[in-house]
Amino acid sequence: MSPRRGPQEEFTSYYGRPILKPPTWAPLDIAGYLFAGGLAGASSALAAGAELTGRSALARATRLTALGAIGVSFVALVHDLGRPARFVNMLRVAKPTSPMSMGSWLLSAYAPLVGLAAGAELVPLPVLRRVAPTAGRGAAVLGAGVATYTAVLIGDTAVPTWHDAHRHLPFVFAGSAAASAGGVASALTPLAQSAPARRLAVAAAAAELVATTAMERSGHLSMETLHEGRARTLMTSAKGLTGGGALVLGALGGRYRAAAAVGGLALAAGSVCLRFGIFEAGRESTIDPKYVVQPQREAMRSQAPVA
Amino acid sequence: MSAVELGMPRVGFFTDTSVCIGCKACEVACKEWNVVPAKGALDLTGESFDNTSELSADSWRHVAFIEQQVQTPTETGSAEGVRWLMSSDVCKHCTHSACLDVCPTGSLFRTEFGTVVVQQDICNGCGYCVSACPYGVIAQREDDGRVFKCTMCYDRLKVGSEPACAQACPTQSIQFGDLDELRGRAQARVEELHAAGQDKARLYGESPDDGVGGAGAFFLLLDEPEVYGLPPDPVVTTRDVGAMWRRAGAAAATLLAGVAAAYLTDRG
Repeated sequence: MSPRRGPQEEFTSYYGRPILKPPTWAPLDIAGYLFAGGLAGASSALAAGAELTGRSALARATRLTALGAIGVSFVALVHDLGRPARFVNMLRVAKPTSPMSMGSWLLSAYAPLVGLAAGAELVPLPVLRRVAPTAGRGAAVLGAGVATYTAVLIGDTAVPTWHDAHRHLPFVFAGSAAASAGGVASALTPLAQSAPARRLAVAAAAAELVATTAMERSGHLSMETLHEGRARTLMTSAKGLTGGGALVLGALGGRYRAAAAVGGLALAAGSVCLRFGIFEAGRESTIDPKYVVQPQREAMRSQAPVA
Repeated sequence: MSAVELGMPRVGFFTDTSVCIGCKACEVACKEWNVVPAKGALDLTGESFDNTSELSADSWRHVAFIEQQVQTPTETGSAEGVRWLMSSDVCKHCTHSACLDVCPTGSLFRTEFGTVVVQQDICNGCGYCVSACPYGVIAQREDDGRVFKCTMCYDRLKVGSEPACAQACPTQSIQFGDLDELRGRAQARVEELHAAGQDKARLYGESPDDGVGGAGAFFLLLDEPEVYGLPPDPVVTTRDVGAMWRRAGAAAATLLAGVAAAYLTDRG
């Protein structure tokens, strides 16, 4: 008789042990990448618009943001590997069933384009200035993929919270990415050129809040992990920062540079909290076996033929 | 392409827990043959006779011990007794294998025997398979960085031997062989147990129609799967990956449309 179990207690698990393994991923690396990749991808999209409409200051800010964010992403992704020296093995194969494989190829195409577009801002070479617009437009299209494929990356797992959210996550992440990119661009760009960034940030923040609420109310048992423990703190902070940041940016960001900076950075912080909150909720959902057993039992009951 | 499609016989394990005596010979044989490291100092869990606790990078077979309080008939009525459940768990070598599907390097592959194996010279320790496995089988060895799990003794299969655990099992609780033949044998065994009054006996993972397309290592259990720490009816996560890509594509298009709108609604 185990000392951990009362004699009358019904068995629903094996000594309360987890059925799943928790993710091996370090939150700072991978939740950090979910944010940085989103910031980079959506910044590239903003940058292409800025270039096409002749907003040179906005283009410069967004191109450099994209470069910095994708650089940080690369370091985080390699650092998280158990064998970092083998990171090039990511390009051995191409598998649509592996979002990490697809993502590796996507980043391999995206990052050089970002480098070319941002390079023109950093190095005064005529050749760079000539290719930058084309590279930037390519980066915009691929960037939209970089900002959203990460939803498939974590959705395509057995982690209950992540998998159960797979229909909503792409829109949550797209909104979060656009809100952070618009926010950072609003903070870094003079008011005269930052209007599109502000509009994008405010609209994306609203979309993200709607998509997140829809995800939380999707009825899956695992969604309760978003409202418990550290994930709860992070998700609450995310909503406060995103909602508050959008209000400040929308109401005052067009008139005061300081308000644009505060509101914009709050949106970026909200995106950080959202990514870490979803990451943490997923990790928790692998610990308690009820998130595995109960939904599978319910599915079995609903599929069972009526006797 | 599966082994069956290639015309190779698919092999597997049938673990009949009704005859498991909890000797852990399978755990020991597996560790010995595959040179799987010890966990370190013996960690007594207090969970019956189980001090292995779970399948992990360093435990490719795990014998679960469950002590159930039951009423047993006596001459004067009934008395409290203990019903022992013992089961040797192992990688399921799924037909639709999530670890293999999500592996970004191609390190995990399907062998000519229909089993799923990690190529250790390729694995870069990304950990994706760990989060994809619905059974919590595959795991990362922290001081090494790579992931490890049961290979169904790929090297032994290559030379026509059976896996070390099956060979060491003294009660034939672990049976190795042609998967179709094992399924037939398991069906007969479960019917025999039902006839003997073991109402809760059931097969787990034998059906090709289940959420993982049937396991290459399936079980005869004497209680609900979750009692043994097994998920009741898991579905391979990649079943939904097509839908996920479509949603992500729609979200990416929405993102680009949103950015375009932010510029096109400009009044200045």
